[in-house]
Amino acid sequence: MSTPFYVSPQQAMADRAEYARKGIARGRSVVVLQYADGIVFVAENPSRALHKVSEIYDRIAFAAVGKYNEFENLRIGGVRYADLRGYTYDREDVTARGLANVYAQTLGTIFSANAEKPYEVELIVAEVGPAPEDDQIYRLPHDGSIVDEHGSVAVGGNSDQIGTYMDQRHREGMSLGEALKLAVEALKRDTNGSERSLDAEQLEVAVLDRERPQRRKFKRVPAGQVARLLEETPAPESTEGDSEGGDEDK
Amino acid sequence: MDFLSDHAPEQLPGNRPLPPVEGAVQAPHGTTIVAATFAGGVVLAGDRRATMGNVIAQRDIEKVFPADEHSAVGIAGTAGLAVEMVKLFQLELEHFEKVEGSTLSLEGKANRLSTMIRGNLGMAMQGLAVVPLFAGFDLDRGKGRIFSYDVTGGRSEEPGFAGVGSGSVFARGSLKKLYRDEMTEEQAATVVLQALYDAADDDSATGGPDMTRRIYPVVVAITEDGYRRLSEEEVSGLAQTVHDGRLRLPNGPQAPVS
Repeated sequence: MSTPFYVSPQQAMADRAEYARKGIARGRSVVVLQYADGIVFVAENPSRALHKVSEIYDRIAFAAVGKYNEFENLRIGGVRYADLRGYTYDREDVTARGLANVYAQTLGTIFSANAEKPYEVELIVAEVGPAPEDDQIYRLPHDGSIVDEHGSVAVGGNSDQIGTYMDQRHREGMSLGEALKLAVEALKRDTNGSERSLDAEQLEVAVLDRERPQRRKFKRVPAGQVARLLEETPAPESTEGDSEGGDEDK
Repeated sequence: MDFLSDHAPEQLPGNRPLPPVEGAVQAPHGTTIVAATFAGGVVLAGDRRATMGNVIAQRDIEKVFPADEHSAVGIAGTAGLAVEMVKLFQLELEHFEKVEGSTLSLEGKANRLSTMIRGNLGMAMQGLAVVPLFAGFDLDRGKGRIFSYDVTGGRSEEPGFAGVGSGSVFARGSLKKLYRDEMTEEQAATVVLQALYDAADDDSATGGPDMTRRIYPVVVAITEDGYRRLSEEEVSGLAQTVHDGRLRLPNGPQAPVS
Protein backbone atom coordinates (compact mmCIF):
# COMPACT_ATOMS: atom_id res chain seq x y z
CA MET A 1 0.00 0.00 0.00
CA SER A 2 1.36 3.37 -0.95
CA THR A 3 1.71 6.02 1.71
CA PRO A 4 0.22 9.43 0.80
CA PHE A 5 3.18 11.78 0.81
CA TYR A 6 3.14 14.55 3.37
CA VAL A 7 3.50 18.22 2.55
CA SER A 8 3.68 20.60 5.49
CA PRO A 9 1.19 23.51 5.42
CA GLN A 10 4.09 25.97 5.43
CA GLN A 11 5.50 24.35 2.32
CA ALA A 12 2.12 24.19 0.62
CA MET A 13 1.50 27.90 1.21
CA ALA A 14 5.01 28.85 0.15
CA ASP A 15 4.55 26.90 -3.08
CA ARG A 16 1.27 28.62 -3.82
CA ALA A 17 2.72 32.05 -3.09
CA GLU A 18 5.67 31.29 -5.32
CA TYR A 19 3.36 30.16 -8.11
CA ALA A 20 1.24 33.30 -7.91
CA ARG A 21 4.24 35.62 -7.67
CA LYS A 22 5.82 34.13 -10.73
CA GLY A 23 2.63 34.50 -12.71
CA ILE A 24 2.33 38.16 -11.72
CA ALA A 25 5.99 38.90 -12.42
CA ARG A 26 5.59 37.85 -16.06
CA GLY A 27 3.32 40.79 -16.88
CA ARG A 28 4.04 44.48 -17.31
CA SER A 29 3.54 46.85 -14.41
CA VAL A 30 0.86 49.33 -13.43
CA VAL A 31 1.65 52.41 -11.37
CA VAL A 32 -0.69 54.63 -9.41
CA LEU A 33 0.27 58.09 -8.20
CA GLN A 34 -1.42 60.89 -6.32
CA TYR A 35 -1.24 64.30 -7.96
CA ALA A 36 -2.67 67.69 -6.98
CA ASP A 37 -6.16 67.13 -8.47
CA GLY A 38 -6.56 63.42 -7.93
CA ILE A 39 -5.06 60.05 -8.67
CA VAL A 40 -3.48 58.97 -11.96
CA PHE A 41 -3.22 55.35 -13.18
CA VAL A 42 -0.60 54.47 -15.75
CA ALA A 43 -0.31 50.98 -17.23
CA GLU A 44 1.91 49.64 -19.92
CA ASN A 45 -0.68 48.05 -22.14
CA PRO A 46 -0.48 47.73 -25.91
CA SER A 47 -4.11 46.56 -26.14
CA ARG A 48 -6.87 49.15 -26.66
CA ALA A 49 -9.63 46.69 -25.84
CA LEU A 50 -8.44 44.84 -22.76
CA HIS A 51 -8.15 47.36 -19.99
CA LYS A 52 -5.95 47.08 -16.93
CA VAL A 53 -7.48 50.19 -15.40
CA SER A 54 -11.24 50.61 -15.04
CA GLU A 55 -13.97 52.52 -13.32
CA ILE A 56 -15.76 50.89 -10.41
CA TYR A 57 -17.95 53.67 -9.05
CA ASP A 58 -18.21 57.45 -8.69
CA ARG A 59 -14.90 58.04 -6.92
CA ILE A 60 -13.42 54.56 -7.09
CA ALA A 61 -11.24 52.95 -9.73
CA PHE A 62 -9.49 49.65 -10.12
CA ALA A 63 -6.14 48.63 -11.58
CA ALA A 64 -4.76 45.13 -11.91
CA VAL A 65 -1.90 43.05 -13.18
CA GLY A 66 -1.67 39.33 -13.73
CA LYS A 67 -4.00 37.00 -15.59
CA TYR A 68 -6.63 38.92 -17.55
CA ASN A 69 -9.53 36.53 -17.07
CA GLU A 70 -8.95 36.39 -13.33
CA PHE A 71 -8.82 40.11 -12.66
CA GLU A 72 -11.63 40.80 -15.13
CA ASN A 73 -13.74 38.46 -13.05
CA LEU A 74 -12.83 40.39 -9.91
CA ARG A 75 -13.48 43.71 -11.63
CA ILE A 76 -17.00 42.73 -12.66
CA GLY A 77 -17.60 41.41 -9.16
CA GLY A 78 -16.50 44.77 -7.81
CA VAL A 79 -18.77 46.74 -10.16
CA ARG A 80 -21.70 44.56 -9.10
CA TYR A 81 -20.90 44.95 -5.43
CA ALA A 82 -20.62 48.73 -5.78
CA ASP A 83 -23.76 49.15 -7.90
CA LEU A 84 -25.88 46.93 -5.67
CA ARG A 85 -24.68 48.73 -2.56
CA GLY A 86 -25.26 52.17 -4.07
CA TYR A 87 -28.74 51.19 -5.23
CA THR A 88 -29.75 49.61 -1.93
CA TYR A 89 -28.41 52.41 0.29
CA ASP A 90 -26.90 55.54 -1.21
CA ARG A 91 -24.10 56.39 -3.59
CA GLU A 92 -22.11 57.78 -0.69
CA ASP A 93 -22.13 54.42 1.05
CA VAL A 94 -19.88 52.80 -1.54
CA THR A 95 -16.31 53.13 -0.32
CA ALA A 96 -12.93 51.86 -1.46
CA ARG A 97 -12.37 50.41 2.02
CA GLY A 98 -15.50 48.26 1.77
CA LEU A 99 -14.60 47.13 -1.73
CA ALA A 100 -11.00 46.36 -0.78
CA ASN A 101 -12.32 44.23 2.07
CA VAL A 102 -14.51 42.22 -0.28
CA TYR A 103 -11.58 41.68 -2.63
CA ALA A 104 -9.34 40.66 0.26
CA GLN A 105 -11.91 38.09 1.38
CA THR A 106 -12.24 36.68 -2.13
CA LEU A 107 -8.52 36.51 -2.81
CA GLY A 108 -7.80 35.10 0.64
CA THR A 109 -10.39 32.37 0.29
CA ILE A 110 -9.14 31.36 -3.14
CA PHE A 111 -5.55 31.41 -1.94
CA SER A 112 -6.18 29.13 1.03
CA ALA A 113 -8.76 26.82 -0.55
CA ASN A 114 -7.18 23.47 -1.31
CA ALA A 115 -8.75 22.55 -4.60
CA GLU A 116 -8.08 25.57 -6.75
CA LYS A 117 -4.94 27.30 -7.81
CA PRO A 118 -4.43 30.78 -6.37
CA TYR A 119 -5.29 33.78 -8.53
CA GLU A 120 -2.22 35.22 -10.23
CA VAL A 121 -3.28 38.83 -9.77
CA GLU A 122 -2.40 41.90 -7.82
CA LEU A 123 -4.96 44.67 -7.51
CA ILE A 124 -5.12 48.32 -6.64
CA VAL A 125 -8.33 49.94 -5.44
CA ALA A 126 -8.21 53.71 -5.15
CA GLU A 127 -10.72 56.32 -4.10
CA VAL A 128 -10.33 60.04 -4.69
CA GLY A 129 -11.47 62.27 -1.84
CA PRO A 130 -12.51 65.92 -1.68
CA ALA A 131 -8.90 66.85 -0.74
CA PRO A 132 -5.56 65.06 -1.36
CA GLU A 133 -5.34 63.92 2.27
CA ASP A 134 -8.67 62.10 1.87
CA ASP A 135 -7.42 60.00 -1.05
CA GLN A 136 -7.18 56.29 -0.36
CA ILE A 137 -5.08 53.74 -2.20
CA TYR A 138 -5.16 50.06 -1.30
CA ARG A 139 -2.90 47.41 -2.77
CA LEU A 140 -4.15 43.83 -2.66
CA PRO A 141 -1.55 41.13 -3.27
CA HIS A 142 -2.52 37.64 -4.44
CA ASP A 143 -2.86 36.20 -0.90
CA GLY A 144 -5.70 38.45 0.25
CA SER A 145 -3.83 40.91 2.45
CA ILE A 146 -4.46 44.65 2.19
CA VAL A 147 -1.74 47.27 2.14
CA ASP A 148 -2.68 50.90 2.67
CA GLU A 149 -0.50 52.98 0.33
CA HIS A 150 0.26 56.70 0.09
CA GLY A 151 1.82 58.81 -2.62
CA SER A 152 2.77 56.27 -5.23
CA VAL A 153 2.55 52.53 -5.72
CA ALA A 154 3.57 50.01 -8.36
CA VAL A 155 2.38 46.46 -8.98
CA GLY A 156 3.39 43.83 -11.49
CA GLY A 157 6.58 42.59 -13.09
CA ASN A 158 9.29 44.92 -11.93
CA SER A 159 7.36 46.56 -9.14
CA ASP A 160 10.17 46.69 -6.54
CA GLN A 161 12.52 48.73 -8.68
CA ILE A 162 9.77 50.89 -10.12
CA GLY A 163 8.27 51.46 -6.68
CA THR A 164 11.58 52.56 -5.18
CA TYR A 165 12.28 54.84 -8.12
CA MET A 166 8.91 56.56 -7.69
CA ASP A 167 9.07 56.76 -3.90
CA GLN A 168 12.29 58.71 -4.11
CA ARG A 169 10.94 61.21 -6.59
CA HIS A 170 7.25 61.54 -5.82
CA ARG A 171 6.18 64.62 -3.91
CA GLU A 172 2.84 66.08 -2.89
CA GLY A 173 1.01 68.48 -5.18
CA MET A 174 2.55 67.37 -8.48
CA SER A 175 0.72 68.44 -11.61
CA LEU A 176 -0.81 65.77 -13.84
CA GLY A 177 1.99 66.22 -16.38
CA GLU A 178 4.68 65.83 -13.73
CA ALA A 179 3.08 62.75 -12.23
CA LEU A 180 2.65 61.23 -15.68
CA LYS A 181 6.26 61.95 -16.58
CA LEU A 182 7.47 60.32 -13.37
CA ALA A 183 5.25 57.29 -13.99
CA VAL A 184 6.60 56.84 -17.50
CA GLU A 185 10.21 57.27 -16.36
CA ALA A 186 9.58 54.63 -13.70
CA LEU A 187 7.90 52.19 -16.10
CA LYS A 188 10.87 52.40 -18.46
CA ARG A 189 13.06 50.70 -15.87
CA ASP A 190 13.86 47.13 -16.86
CA THR A 191 14.68 44.26 -14.55
CA ASN A 192 18.34 44.37 -15.47
CA GLY A 193 18.62 48.09 -14.76
CA SER A 194 18.57 49.26 -18.38
CA GLU A 195 15.88 51.49 -19.84
CA ARG A 196 13.38 50.72 -22.54
CA SER A 197 11.61 53.31 -24.61
CA LEU A 198 7.88 53.83 -24.11
CA ASP A 199 5.61 56.06 -26.13
CA ALA A 200 2.06 57.24 -25.49
CA GLU A 201 0.57 54.57 -27.77
CA GLN A 202 1.78 51.82 -25.45
CA LEU A 203 0.29 53.39 -22.35
CA GLU A 204 -3.13 53.12 -20.81
CA VAL A 205 -3.73 56.21 -18.72
CA ALA A 206 -6.75 57.12 -16.61
CA VAL A 207 -7.43 59.58 -13.82
CA LEU A 208 -9.76 59.99 -10.91
CA ASP A 209 -10.10 63.75 -11.13
CA ARG A 210 -11.60 65.37 -8.04
CA GLU A 211 -12.21 68.62 -9.99
CA ARG A 212 -14.44 66.89 -12.57
CA PRO A 213 -17.92 68.42 -12.27
CA GLN A 214 -19.73 65.12 -12.92
CA ARG A 215 -20.52 62.67 -10.15
CA ARG A 216 -18.35 60.06 -11.82
CA LYS A 217 -14.76 61.18 -11.42
CA PHE A 218 -13.12 58.50 -13.55
CA LYS A 219 -11.81 59.54 -16.96
CA ARG A 220 -9.58 57.85 -19.49
CA VAL A 221 -6.83 60.02 -20.94
CA PRO A 222 -6.50 59.40 -24.69
CA ALA A 223 -3.05 58.71 -26.18
CA GLY A 224 -2.95 62.07 -27.95
CA GLN A 225 -3.40 63.95 -24.73
CA VAL A 226 -0.86 61.75 -22.96
CA ALA A 227 1.72 62.54 -25.63
CA ARG A 228 0.96 66.24 -25.35
CA LEU A 229 1.23 66.21 -21.54
CA LEU A 230 4.55 64.36 -21.70
CA GLU A 231 5.90 66.78 -24.26
CA GLU A 232 4.81 69.91 -22.43
CA THR A 233 6.21 68.88 -19.07
CA PRO A 234 9.90 69.65 -18.62
CA ALA A 235 12.08 66.75 -17.58
CA PRO A 236 12.53 66.47 -13.81
CA GLU A 237 15.56 68.34 -12.57
CA SER A 238 17.17 65.33 -10.96
CA THR A 239 20.48 64.16 -12.37
CA GLU A 240 20.31 61.06 -14.50
CA GLY A 241 19.05 57.81 -13.08
CA ASP A 242 20.24 55.80 -10.20
CA SER A 243 21.97 58.22 -7.81
CA GLU A 244 19.97 57.74 -4.64
CA GLY A 245 18.42 60.78 -2.99
CA GLY A 246 19.50 62.87 -5.94
CA ASP A 247 16.53 65.21 -5.49
CA GLU A 248 17.27 67.67 -2.76
CA ASP A 249 14.60 69.99 -4.14
CA LYS A 250 11.64 67.74 -3.35
CA MET B 1 -30.92 43.78 -13.15
CA ASP B 2 -30.30 40.12 -13.91
CA PHE B 3 -27.84 40.07 -11.06
CA LEU B 4 -30.44 41.71 -8.82
CA SER B 5 -33.08 39.15 -9.66
CA ASP B 6 -30.68 36.35 -8.75
CA HIS B 7 -29.28 37.78 -5.59
CA ALA B 8 -31.74 40.30 -4.24
CA PRO B 9 -35.06 39.82 -6.05
CA GLU B 10 -36.90 41.80 -3.40
CA GLN B 11 -35.14 44.93 -4.74
CA LEU B 12 -36.88 44.66 -8.10
CA PRO B 13 -39.97 46.80 -8.56
CA GLY B 14 -41.93 44.13 -10.43
CA ASN B 15 -41.44 41.39 -7.87
CA ARG B 16 -43.61 42.59 -5.06
CA PRO B 17 -46.85 40.91 -4.06
CA LEU B 18 -49.79 43.00 -5.21
CA PRO B 19 -51.70 44.69 -2.41
CA PRO B 20 -55.34 43.56 -2.12
CA VAL B 21 -57.18 46.84 -2.57
CA GLU B 22 -60.60 48.00 -3.55
CA GLY B 23 -60.89 51.16 -5.58
CA ALA B 24 -58.08 53.46 -6.54
CA VAL B 25 -55.05 53.69 -4.30
CA GLN B 26 -54.29 57.18 -3.06
CA ALA B 27 -50.69 57.96 -3.90
CA PRO B 28 -49.03 61.06 -5.32
CA HIS B 29 -49.18 61.23 -9.11
CA GLY B 30 -46.95 63.24 -11.36
CA THR B 31 -48.53 64.88 -14.32
CA THR B 32 -47.22 66.48 -17.50
CA ILE B 33 -43.96 65.92 -19.38
CA VAL B 34 -43.18 67.33 -22.82
CA ALA B 35 -40.26 67.01 -25.20
CA ALA B 36 -39.25 68.58 -28.51
CA THR B 37 -36.28 68.11 -30.79
CA PHE B 38 -34.25 71.00 -32.17
CA ALA B 39 -31.36 71.39 -34.58
CA GLY B 40 -28.61 70.06 -32.29
CA GLY B 41 -30.50 67.83 -29.87
CA VAL B 42 -33.66 67.55 -27.81
CA VAL B 43 -35.27 69.31 -24.85
CA LEU B 44 -37.34 67.60 -22.18
CA ALA B 45 -39.39 69.47 -19.60
CA GLY B 46 -41.76 68.67 -16.78
CA ASP B 47 -44.04 70.71 -14.54
CA ARG B 48 -43.52 70.62 -10.78
CA ARG B 49 -46.87 69.42 -9.44
CA ALA B 50 -47.76 66.08 -7.84
CA THR B 51 -51.41 65.45 -7.05
CA MET B 52 -53.24 62.97 -4.82
CA GLY B 53 -56.87 62.99 -5.85
CA ASN B 54 -57.96 66.60 -5.66
CA VAL B 55 -55.12 67.59 -3.35
CA ILE B 56 -51.81 69.05 -4.50
CA ALA B 57 -49.42 66.61 -2.82
CA GLN B 58 -46.26 68.47 -3.70
CA ARG B 59 -45.64 71.68 -5.59
CA ASP B 60 -41.90 71.36 -6.19
CA ILE B 61 -41.48 67.74 -7.27
CA GLU B 62 -38.89 67.06 -9.96
CA LYS B 63 -39.92 64.59 -12.65
CA VAL B 64 -37.15 64.87 -15.22
CA PHE B 65 -33.93 62.96 -14.57
CA PRO B 66 -30.72 62.26 -16.43
CA ALA B 67 -30.58 58.60 -17.49
CA ASP B 68 -26.94 58.84 -18.49
CA GLU B 69 -24.64 61.34 -20.24
CA HIS B 70 -26.72 61.44 -23.42
CA SER B 71 -30.28 60.70 -22.41
CA ALA B 72 -32.96 61.77 -19.96
CA VAL B 73 -36.26 60.43 -18.77
CA GLY B 74 -39.35 62.30 -17.60
CA ILE B 75 -42.04 60.50 -15.65
CA ALA B 76 -45.80 60.71 -15.37
CA GLY B 77 -47.85 58.46 -13.11
CA THR B 78 -47.35 57.19 -9.58
CA ALA B 79 -44.43 59.24 -8.29
CA GLY B 80 -42.92 56.76 -5.85
CA LEU B 81 -42.83 53.85 -8.29
CA ALA B 82 -41.68 56.07 -11.13
CA VAL B 83 -38.75 57.51 -9.19
CA GLU B 84 -37.69 54.02 -8.22
CA MET B 85 -37.95 52.85 -11.82
CA VAL B 86 -35.78 55.73 -12.98
CA LYS B 87 -33.23 54.93 -10.28
CA LEU B 88 -33.01 51.34 -11.45
CA PHE B 89 -32.86 52.44 -15.08
CA GLN B 90 -29.98 54.83 -14.37
CA LEU B 91 -28.19 52.10 -12.47
CA GLU B 92 -28.62 49.65 -15.28
CA LEU B 93 -27.24 51.98 -17.95
CA GLU B 94 -24.25 52.84 -15.79
CA HIS B 95 -23.68 49.20 -14.90
CA PHE B 96 -23.73 48.16 -18.54
CA GLU B 97 -21.33 50.93 -19.43
CA LYS B 98 -18.84 49.91 -16.76
CA VAL B 99 -18.99 46.19 -17.35
CA GLU B 100 -18.94 46.31 -21.15
CA GLY B 101 -16.74 49.36 -21.50
CA SER B 102 -19.13 51.03 -23.95
CA THR B 103 -22.53 52.69 -23.70
CA LEU B 104 -25.77 51.13 -24.88
CA SER B 105 -27.21 52.44 -28.13
CA LEU B 106 -30.14 54.82 -27.76
CA GLU B 107 -32.46 52.13 -29.14
CA GLY B 108 -31.06 49.70 -26.58
CA LYS B 109 -31.79 52.09 -23.75
CA ALA B 110 -35.31 52.72 -25.03
CA ASN B 111 -35.97 48.97 -25.26
CA ARG B 112 -34.71 48.38 -21.75
CA LEU B 113 -37.07 51.02 -20.38
CA SER B 114 -39.89 49.33 -22.26
CA THR B 115 -39.19 46.03 -20.44
CA MET B 116 -39.18 47.77 -17.10
CA ILE B 117 -42.57 49.39 -17.73
CA ARG B 118 -43.96 46.02 -18.77
CA GLY B 119 -42.73 44.66 -15.44
CA ASN B 120 -44.95 47.14 -13.66
CA LEU B 121 -48.13 46.10 -15.50
CA GLY B 122 -49.62 44.39 -12.44
CA MET B 123 -49.37 47.57 -10.44
CA ALA B 124 -50.64 49.60 -13.38
CA MET B 125 -53.83 47.48 -13.43
CA GLN B 126 -54.38 48.51 -9.81
CA GLY B 127 -54.12 52.17 -10.70
CA LEU B 128 -50.44 52.63 -10.01
CA ALA B 129 -49.25 53.20 -13.56
CA VAL B 130 -45.90 54.64 -14.54
CA VAL B 131 -45.57 56.19 -17.98
CA PRO B 132 -42.24 57.78 -18.85
CA LEU B 133 -41.07 59.83 -21.78
CA PHE B 134 -37.55 59.07 -22.91
CA ALA B 135 -35.37 61.46 -24.89
CA GLY B 136 -31.76 61.34 -25.88
CA PHE B 137 -29.12 62.28 -28.36
CA ASP B 138 -28.32 59.47 -30.77
CA LEU B 139 -24.56 59.67 -31.25
CA ASP B 140 -24.65 57.34 -34.26
CA ARG B 141 -27.26 59.33 -36.16
CA GLY B 142 -26.21 62.70 -34.74
CA LYS B 143 -29.68 63.91 -33.71
CA GLY B 144 -32.09 64.12 -30.81
CA ARG B 145 -34.81 61.45 -30.57
CA ILE B 146 -37.92 60.99 -28.43
CA PHE B 147 -39.63 57.76 -27.35
CA SER B 148 -43.03 57.51 -25.71
CA TYR B 149 -44.58 54.51 -23.97
CA ASP B 150 -47.90 53.12 -22.88
CA VAL B 151 -48.59 51.27 -19.60
CA THR B 152 -47.97 47.87 -21.19
CA GLY B 153 -44.47 48.88 -22.26
CA GLY B 154 -45.39 49.56 -25.89
CA ARG B 155 -42.78 51.86 -27.30
CA SER B 156 -43.08 54.32 -30.14
CA GLU B 157 -40.69 56.86 -31.49
CA GLU B 158 -42.16 60.33 -31.81
CA PRO B 159 -41.03 62.57 -34.63
CA GLY B 160 -40.48 66.16 -33.49
CA PHE B 161 -42.34 66.41 -30.21
CA ALA B 162 -44.30 64.43 -27.63
CA GLY B 163 -46.07 64.68 -24.30
CA VAL B 164 -47.29 62.33 -21.58
CA GLY B 165 -49.43 62.71 -18.48
CA SER B 166 -52.82 64.16 -17.70
CA GLY B 167 -52.05 67.55 -19.24
CA SER B 168 -50.43 66.11 -22.34
CA VAL B 169 -53.58 66.40 -24.44
CA PHE B 170 -53.44 70.17 -24.13
CA ALA B 171 -49.65 70.31 -24.28
CA ARG B 172 -49.63 68.34 -27.52
CA GLY B 173 -52.21 70.66 -29.05
CA SER B 174 -50.02 73.57 -28.17
CA LEU B 175 -46.83 71.88 -29.45
CA LYS B 176 -48.55 71.08 -32.73
CA LYS B 177 -49.06 74.76 -33.42
CA LEU B 178 -45.72 76.02 -32.09
CA TYR B 179 -43.23 73.36 -33.13
CA ARG B 180 -41.16 73.76 -36.27
CA ASP B 181 -38.06 72.07 -37.59
CA GLU B 182 -34.60 73.47 -37.03
CA MET B 183 -35.30 75.54 -33.95
CA THR B 184 -32.48 76.71 -31.68
CA GLU B 185 -32.14 75.28 -28.19
CA GLU B 186 -33.58 78.45 -26.66
CA GLN B 187 -36.58 78.41 -29.00
CA ALA B 188 -37.22 74.75 -28.23
CA ALA B 189 -37.04 75.47 -24.49
CA THR B 190 -39.53 78.31 -24.94
CA VAL B 191 -41.86 76.07 -26.95
CA VAL B 192 -41.97 73.39 -24.26
CA LEU B 193 -42.60 76.05 -21.60
CA GLN B 194 -45.49 77.40 -23.69
CA ALA B 195 -46.86 73.87 -23.97
CA LEU B 196 -46.63 73.32 -20.20
CA TYR B 197 -48.34 76.68 -19.67
CA ASP B 198 -51.21 75.57 -21.89
CA ALA B 199 -51.39 72.23 -20.08
CA ALA B 200 -51.54 73.96 -16.70
CA ASP B 201 -54.17 76.34 -18.11
CA ASP B 202 -56.64 73.55 -18.84
CA ASP B 203 -55.60 70.63 -16.62
CA SER B 204 -56.00 71.05 -12.86
CA ALA B 205 -53.34 68.43 -12.13
CA THR B 206 -50.61 70.28 -14.00
CA GLY B 207 -48.83 73.15 -12.28
CA GLY B 208 -47.99 76.36 -14.11
CA PRO B 209 -44.88 78.42 -13.40
CA ASP B 210 -45.23 79.56 -9.77
CA MET B 211 -44.11 83.18 -9.94
CA THR B 212 -44.73 83.92 -6.26
CA ARG B 213 -42.70 81.00 -4.92
CA ARG B 214 -40.25 81.10 -7.82
CA ILE B 215 -40.88 77.46 -8.73
CA TYR B 216 -40.40 76.88 -12.47
CA PRO B 217 -40.59 73.77 -14.64
CA VAL B 218 -37.50 71.59 -14.93
CA VAL B 219 -36.04 71.95 -18.44
CA VAL B 220 -33.13 69.85 -19.67
CA ALA B 221 -31.33 69.88 -23.00
CA ILE B 222 -29.39 66.98 -24.46
CA THR B 223 -26.92 67.66 -27.23
CA GLU B 224 -23.79 66.03 -28.54
CA ASP B 225 -21.97 67.48 -25.52
CA GLY B 226 -24.27 65.61 -23.18
CA TYR B 227 -27.00 66.26 -20.65
CA ARG B 228 -27.47 69.76 -19.32
CA ARG B 229 -30.14 71.04 -16.98
CA LEU B 230 -31.02 74.64 -17.67
CA SER B 231 -30.16 76.79 -14.68
CA GLU B 232 -32.77 78.46 -12.51
CA GLU B 233 -31.92 81.86 -14.07
CA GLU B 234 -32.29 80.58 -17.63
CA VAL B 235 -35.64 78.93 -16.94
CA SER B 236 -36.98 81.85 -14.89
CA GLY B 237 -35.99 84.20 -17.73
CA LEU B 238 -37.82 82.12 -20.32
CA ALA B 239 -40.80 81.56 -17.99
CA GLN B 240 -41.00 85.32 -17.42
CA THR B 241 -41.07 85.93 -21.19
CA VAL B 242 -43.84 83.38 -21.61
CA HIS B 243 -45.74 84.88 -18.67
CA ASP B 244 -45.39 88.45 -20.02
CA GLY B 245 -46.62 87.29 -23.41
CA ARG B 246 -49.67 85.75 -21.78
CA LEU B 247 -50.50 89.04 -20.04
CA ARG B 248 -51.08 90.46 -23.51
CA LEU B 249 -52.49 87.33 -25.16
CA PRO B 250 -53.83 84.98 -22.46
CA ASN B 251 -54.14 82.12 -24.94
CA GLY B 252 -50.56 82.38 -26.04
CA PRO B 253 -48.94 82.95 -29.42
CA GLN B 254 -51.27 82.72 -32.36
CA ALA B 255 -50.47 80.49 -35.30
CA PRO B 256 -51.46 81.71 -38.78
CA VAL B 257 -54.86 80.40 -39.91
CA SER B 258 -53.63 79.18 -43.22
